[in-house]
Amino acid sequence: MKPVIEVSGLVTRFGRQTIHAGLDLAVLAGEVVALVGGSGSGKTTLLRQIVGLLRPASGEVKVLGQPVLSGDPLADRALRRRFGVLFQQGALFSALNVFENIAFPLRELRWLDRDTVRDLVMVKLAMVELEAQHAWLMPAELSGGMVKRVALARALALEPELLLLDEPTAGLDPDRSAAFVELIRRLRQQLGLTVVLVTHDLDTLAALATRVAVLGERRILAYGTLEHVMAQDHPFIRGFFALDRMERALARARS
Amino acid sequence: MNVATPSVEVTGDDGSVRLAGEWTLAGLQGRLPSLRQRLTRASAGARTWDLSGVQRLDTLGASVLWRTWGERLPETLIADEALRGMFAAVSVLGPRPPAAPDRASIPGRIAGLGRRGLGALSQMLGVVGVLGQAALDLVHLARRPQDAPLRELSANLYKTGVSALPITALVGFLIGIVLSYLSALQLKNFGADVFIIDILGIGITRELGPVLVAVLVAGRSGSAMTAQLGVMRVTEEIDALATMGVPAGLRLVLPKVLALLITMPLLVAWTSSAAIAGGMVAAAFQLDMSFGFFLDTLPRVVPLANAWIGLAKGLAFGMTIALVACHFGLNVKPNTESLSENTTRSVVSAITLVILVDAVFAIATRNMGMPG
Ligand SMILES: Nc1ncnc2c1ncn2[C@@H]1O[C@H](COP(=O)(O)OP(=O)(O)OP(=O)(O)O)[C@@H](O)[C@H]1O
Ligand SMILES: [Mg+2]
Repeated sequence: MKPVIEVSGLVTRFGRQTIHAGLDLAVLAGEVVALVGGSGSGKTTLLRQIVGLLRPASGEVKVLGQPVLSGDPLADRALRRRFGVLFQQGALFSALNVFENIAFPLRELRWLDRDTVRDLVMVKLAMVELEAQHAWLMPAELSGGMVKRVALARALALEPELLLLDEPTAGLDPDRSAAFVELIRRLRQQLGLTVVLVTHDLDTLAALATRVAVLGERRILAYGTLEHVMAQDHPFIRGFFALDRMERALARARS
Repeated sequence: MNVATPSVEVTGDDGSVRLAGEWTLAGLQGRLPSLRQRLTRASAGARTWDLSGVQRLDTLGASVLWRTWGERLPETLIADEALRGMFAAVSVLGPRPPAAPDRASIPGRIAGLGRRGLGALSQMLGVVGVLGQAALDLVHLARRPQDAPLRELSANLYKTGVSALPITALVGFLIGIVLSYLSALQLKNFGADVFIIDILGIGITRELGPVLVAVLVAGRSGSAMTAQLGVMRVTEEIDALATMGVPAGLRLVLPKVLALLITMPLLVAWTSSAAIAGGMVAAAFQLDMSFGFFLDTLPRVVPLANAWIGLAKGLAFGMTIALVACHFGLNVKPNTESLSENTTRSVVSAITLVILVDAVFAIATRNMGMPG
């Protein structure tokens, strides 16, 4: 299988602070990779590198077989339409209501008629379990969890092949987290979606991830199936997956 | 990317329809209208829909088919679980509601006009409200001087006053040159050269200096104040301050109002001086008038009252600008559109109000400071 994301030798610096020192990561088509790591370990920064919002100090990032920053504006734009991003803070357009936020990327395509856009937005809203009347609220009038779900609906608007999610279940109640897990599973089955998600939620991780990448000490400390990662002997990994907690999550995921 | 073309095919005479290819956003691009027509034609007598040839189906493909079928599944549907799951997802789409009639009627427009008038009135009341709150805060400070926001005041004095010195001097000097040059051309024709000093002296100190500074400060500091308060509203920083027991009025509004009350008269004096200096330079070139003569004559032909009127205008304009800026800043709704709209309105309203106040001054002081 061909890799959907290829990060090789990535170095990220902010001033004199080095966040990633020669980081490698490959994600195959159809995988769900969970990115875990301590707060401030550079998970969000890695996602920003993958979607081309930051330029690496050195190293290379390829998405769907193409460099994210190719320098050719048309190619860059076409590539960006093939992946969906959910930002940690939602990043909804504050001047547009929920409906327009989700419709925005669809309208940008410029070939869908109004009724079709409306249908698609309503389906996306239902997918993330929001009600039709929520479509007319402004972002400032949403609860924290609703912001997350609207942002997810917007990330899904263009039927992406690759979905990058920064803490999608933070701020969701357990029921909604479970529904989110179900949604991602279904989409993966129907559309062959590849997903990279940052999460601290062991339940989501146990239920969804085909592989887990642990970020620490400016590189990937461990990368493999959950069992493989849990077997590693590293202080952070031992702390993060405090074994009893993890076993409970696994048991819940299996039931 | 290679995408299998989506296709519609009517097989046999029982009218069963076979779909194939990629019914996705990528596959349907540029083909949607023609495929819709084919679907509508095929669906006329079709009972069986065979989707076994469909490779991929996303929400767009599913909702297009769902609409073709009249918002329900066809009697016989040959499709696997994954496809059926997609149709279950789009089954939230009910019949389309009838299009809402739009376009405002004539009574509606008149009502809109009235609403705008009332809106303007309530903005005025809002500005008065900010003034009242600032006065109450001053009373509070008189009782508890230790609450005085001195650091904020000094920061605002620097931002609105000290850092405005170069630009106001430059603009004042240039306007002085232009005014003096144009007047000198006319005065020469009448041999009334000496009156250049009267024109510049009274015109600048009493009228042009204060208005010029007000326009500059409204654009420079007024917009900055509105934007700052507005962003603090958008990011809920004002709410955070309130929960810490820090009143927004005392810490954010009052220092701005006081700072402009102090800096505006000083800026008026500074800018008027620069403008008169500019006029003096132009007069020296154009009319061969020496600096010494100009400076000797100036206090004799321009009564001191004009300078006081100029300073008083500075006070009034400064207060107007600060109150308007704070009012619009505090009324920003938490979104970017409202932020930009209120920043614009703050500057436009401040300048308009300044001109109005200036007119009031002109009437109230019509008997003061005229030579002779
Ligand atoms: N624009 C920036 N300028 C300077 N430093 C930055 C910038 N963005 C991030 N950093 C630094 O990079 C480091 C990693 O930040 P990042 O946001 O990637 O953390 P994270 O792993 O996503 O943490 P969390 O789990 O808390 O979201 C932090 O130390 C942060 O201070
Ligand atoms: Mg983060």
